[in-house]
Amino acid sequence: MLDNFINLYHGFYIAGDPFNILLMVIGILLGVIIGVLPGLGGANGVAILLPLTFSMSPTSAIILLTCIYWGALFGGAITSVLFNIPGEPWSVATTFDGHPMARSGRAGEALTAAFTSSFVGAFFAIVMITMIAPLVAQFALQFGPAEKFAVYFLAFASFVGMSKEPPSKTIVSMMIGFALAAVGLDMVTGQLRLTFGITELLNGFDFLIAVIGLFGIGEILLTMEEGLEFRGKAAKIDPKVVWKTWKTLPRYWSTSLRSCIIGCWMGITPAGATPASFMAYGIAKRVSKNGKNFGNGEIEGVVAPETAAHAAGTAAMLPMLALGVPGSPTAAVLLGGLLIWGLQPGPMLFVEQAEFVWGLIASMYLGNIVGLILVLTTVPLFASILRIPFSIIAPVILVICAIGAYTVNNNVFDVLMMMVFGVLGYLLKKTNYPLAPLVLAIVLGDSAEEAFRQALLYSGGSLGVFFSNGLVSSIMAIGLIAGLWPVISFLISKLRGSSAQPA
Amino acid sequence: MEQAHGAGGTGPKQRAVEIGTALLTLLFGLIVIYGSYLVGVGWGSDGPQAGFFPFYVGLIIVGCSLINVVSGLREDENELFAEWGQLGQVLRVLIPATIYVLLVPFLGIYLPSVILIVVFMTWLGKYGLPLSLAVGFGVPAFFYITLERWFLIPLPKGPIEAMLGL
Repeated sequence: MLDNFINLYHGFYIAGDPFNILLMVIGILLGVIIGVLPGLGGANGVAILLPLTFSMSPTSAIILLTCIYWGALFGGAITSVLFNIPGEPWSVATTFDGHPMARSGRAGEALTAAFTSSFVGAFFAIVMITMIAPLVAQFALQFGPAEKFAVYFLAFASFVGMSKEPPSKTIVSMMIGFALAAVGLDMVTGQLRLTFGITELLNGFDFLIAVIGLFGIGEILLTMEEGLEFRGKAAKIDPKVVWKTWKTLPRYWSTSLRSCIIGCWMGITPAGATPASFMAYGIAKRVSKNGKNFGNGEIEGVVAPETAAHAAGTAAMLPMLALGVPGSPTAAVLLGGLLIWGLQPGPMLFVEQAEFVWGLIASMYLGNIVGLILVLTTVPLFASILRIPFSIIAPVILVICAIGAYTVNNNVFDVLMMMVFGVLGYLLKKTNYPLAPLVLAIVLGDSAEEAFRQALLYSGGSLGVFFSNGLVSSIMAIGLIAGLWPVISFLISKLRGSSAQPA
Repeated sequence: MEQAHGAGGTGPKQRAVEIGTALLTLLFGLIVIYGSYLVGVGWGSDGPQAGFFPFYVGLIIVGCSLINVVSGLREDENELFAEWGQLGQVLRVLIPATIYVLLVPFLGIYLPSVILIVVFMTWLGKYGLPLSLAVGFGVPAFFYITLERWFLIPLPKGPIEAMLGL
């Protein structure tokens, strides 16, 4: 444990470098803009900017990109509160009480509460990462191919169990991702597969293109359909409002703590920030004294979802760093970045690239502090970005997405692919297929398949290898429970129902 | 929720689109199975063949797509996917955007970007030509300076840029 603090101290030294601090500021500002604009979000924003970092050192690059992520998490709250438009799916729950507060002239209070809660949630998650990540990594060093596959299995099974979409749709979406990942050169046998003679498919589907198309273009099409016009409330935050709000916040410590824990849990298992924020809001509503007033501008209704969303968004970094399994689409893009910079995510990262890991963790602390200060001071500026009409923003975002898609591999074919993914994203979203499992499956497909095949090779083709020792069986068992959770919870409620009837 | 848009609206039904999407994923699953079959789905001399993993992925897609078709059939018959007017809005972005990406391989990224932004702003946004031209040229110029000059990342260029000697 002491080692961690020495490492962390060293990490602060790296992250505190003036150039890296500057990158944090740039990253947060870009991130907030990305979070505020419709059609640009954490995942595709980071994907578009990833090529810009190829020439930087990996540590500086990841600091820039993670700060964009933090900024996007902060930015989502601005549109929710002021415009009743969630900039990101995880800030939907923030609109419930945040926007009523803004309408009754308490926008400054709502935003201060939102940003501060975000900060608290993120900070809690970072402390947890500092404590637990090295332990998890050390534990994971003993993993063989079977255990690795079991962890992937657990990650994907929890999607099936936890998402609110029908399980069969989640599975289809996930498997499409795996199939797309399999296209191209097979790394084990060196054979070409699923290309059907199309030369453009030799290298397979790049997940960055998929992310830009699915989340970027798809989102623009959705926004267009809803025909939104931004009609927002003005916001002014001055130190007096901030101070006044801060004085009231400690009253909600129990809501805060509960939301932190929900968020961390949902972030580590890849359920993600969106369900975490809804769950935290729902529980706070049920538990709070003022529960009846939720939805009419209750500050606690802002604190709960924001804390949970940020805790989840940050906690998603833990499995990415320690196990190589990202907990959210944005974390998946960051993981893709690590691979491009030549770093192998997973437990060995803590051993071989200690400087990188601890620099990153230290930058999370600093980045969130920088972020809180920046967003509190610059809200009016970002609110004014939202007043730019959509008919100007939409073509500009299209151009940005196209440039982003091109720069990934310097290939114009990718720009066309991006458009195809965009239409697909619109269709899937409208028919309630979750997109996050698809993206995660494209990113992890090759590694999951490799682990699966190596494990089978070792056992001579018997599936028993996934239940061959205590460790792998327990991970698989948790995975099975997570995946079959809809069935299990249905059975439990049925049992309860039938036992309640005779009584 | 759809009622909020006005009860009189017509458009494709959610049910039809759900079933269509499920059939589409079903087709995709079959293609994956066929493609895996081509490279071998069994057990080779050196372990699982290249098509081994995608074959089962394809099977699962087919299976779950069938479930989705059935659950699609049970959807409410009257629920709308979107009104025609809304779909028209979507097409008004989709068509210019598609033309845009089709032009990029031939004309590079700059000229199509200018055209896209100007067309979009004058046609959909009803802005005057001066402002549209300013934004239309300003945005690509911004990316030229930041990406090509600062970050040294080349973007695709076409005959027009070659003529200008950029």
